[in-house]
Amino acid sequence: MTRLTLFNKTSLILGFAFLYIPIIILVVFSFNESKLVTVWGGFSTKWYGELMSNQGIKDAAWVTIKVAFTSSTIATLLGTVAGLVMAKFGRFRGRTLFSGMIYAPMVMPEVIIGLSLLLMFVALSIDRGVMTVTLAHITFSMCYVAVVVQSRMSSYDDSINEAALDLGCTPFKTFFLITLPIILPAVISGWLLSFTLSLDDLVIASFTSGPGSTTLPMKIYSMVRLGVTPEINAVSTILVGLVALGVVAGSLIGKRQKNN
Amino acid sequence: MKNYRKIISGRTAVIGIPYLWLLLLFLLPFLIVLKISLAEPIIAIPPYTSLLEWGDSLWPTIKASLGSYLFILEDSLYINAYLSSLKIATISTFIALLVGYAIAYSIAKAPTRWRGILLMLVILPFWTSFLIRVYAWIGILKTEGLLNLLLISLGVIDKPLTIMNTDLAVYIGIVYSYLPFMILPLYANLEKMDFSLLEAAADLGCRPFKAFWTITIPLSLPGILAGCFLVFIPAVGEFVIPDLLGGTQTLMIGKVLWMEFFNNRDWPVASAVAIILLAILVVPIMYYQKSQEKAIS
Repeated sequence: MTRLTLFNKTSLILGFAFLYIPIIILVVFSFNESKLVTVWGGFSTKWYGELMSNQGIKDAAWVTIKVAFTSSTIATLLGTVAGLVMAKFGRFRGRTLFSGMIYAPMVMPEVIIGLSLLLMFVALSIDRGVMTVTLAHITFSMCYVAVVVQSRMSSYDDSINEAALDLGCTPFKTFFLITLPIILPAVISGWLLSFTLSLDDLVIASFTSGPGSTTLPMKIYSMVRLGVTPEINAVSTILVGLVALGVVAGSLIGKRQKNN
Repeated sequence: MKNYRKIISGRTAVIGIPYLWLLLLFLLPFLIVLKISLAEPIIAIPPYTSLLEWGDSLWPTIKASLGSYLFILEDSLYINAYLSSLKIATISTFIALLVGYAIAYSIAKAPTRWRGILLMLVILPFWTSFLIRVYAWIGILKTEGLLNLLLISLGVIDKPLTIMNTDLAVYIGIVYSYLPFMILPLYANLEKMDFSLLEAAADLGCRPFKAFWTITIPLSLPGILAGCFLVFIPAVGEFVIPDLLGGTQTLMIGKVLWMEFFNNRDWPVASAVAIILLAILVVPIMYYQKSQEKAIS
């Protein structure tokens, strides 16, 4: 084993400081008594109380949770199938286009995806609202799920499936009894990823939402435009806390699966 | 009937469902953007002319106009926005590569039991909200912000630095937000590297820097390319970071597109801006897709 040099230690410390200090400062100042975000005025949870009485934020949070839950569930179903196709179906007509449509949304600038979906909804005269945001989120989330499932499936041993099929199991049953339990950790992390991506999205939601479907990031964005307030820090802290909890829970599930 | 059933076999159905979804909600929208970019703006709902005109004849006449594209090419604002987006994305990608490489390399060299937790610490910020992480920098970078307070109280500077609302703030924002995307593919590559190669080089009298340059860098090239694409492509069209951290003189095409659409309500021009941006990015996107597919299989 090679030893860590001074350079390695310094880059790790500075690197993680760079990644975490802004988030830590954000969290700390959400408990600030003072309205000024940069001057410490003593410990207080009053901004969380204020948050609880802010109907606009509560409505937006509810919309966001609904969208995130529905879109990540459907995206996981579609994405798992797509990942399976990419990993195990070999060549078929239109495969290049298919994989292009899976990989492109992950790097495509969000303004382009948002604009194109909005223009399609308008062209088909579909009213914009919770449904259109959900459709948009399903589309980009399923690509992430597909890639996660695909990379899990590429190390999957096909001979177990063949054994099941030889013993008279139907392909459908084989999938649910054998394949799915094995790739389940990948499917779960795909769901969690979709959920946080949906929770996070500002740009695509801004394009595809309509009246009454303001999401939490859209609400936060409009608050940020008006200025930095401890209330934004408070709502951010709650979101960061939830995500951290989810990631830790997810990795524990993954570990238990591995140990079993 | 029987033949029909055979054609729509299970396999086709399994491929068909996600395929159809992506065709309808990813490819079709682009074709509509292309179509609207060739239309002309009018004051109506929707605010563009239709491409096909149904007259008395059986066939519609096509009324395509390159007006929006000519408008973009004639106005230096748009050209400058494209060039400045490419410049900002290139510089940010390069900084992210330097910072990310140092971190990924150090994680790969760390003891095995530490690697899992270090990697998790890299991934964690990637899961937390992008908007919130960009917002966090406002309080740090602004004139009366924490960075200036710290530097003044340490006596490093007497007058506050102006970082907020400049290109520098945008670089910081992009590097910060996209750093995990750079570290992860780099680490995936460096982790598989056999560090005994470096020892062999050292035994044969190669200097550490030369060994790094001639062994480590070429071996991690796929990771470098994947990381750079993952940062560069979305950074070119970035909207949130230049909008919140950049100033009025920070010109980025993602922001121009947003303004054109939401403020000017010129849908054909916004569509043409998107199509040109897509044309610029299509080669890197296709290259990225190819390299990813190769990496997975």
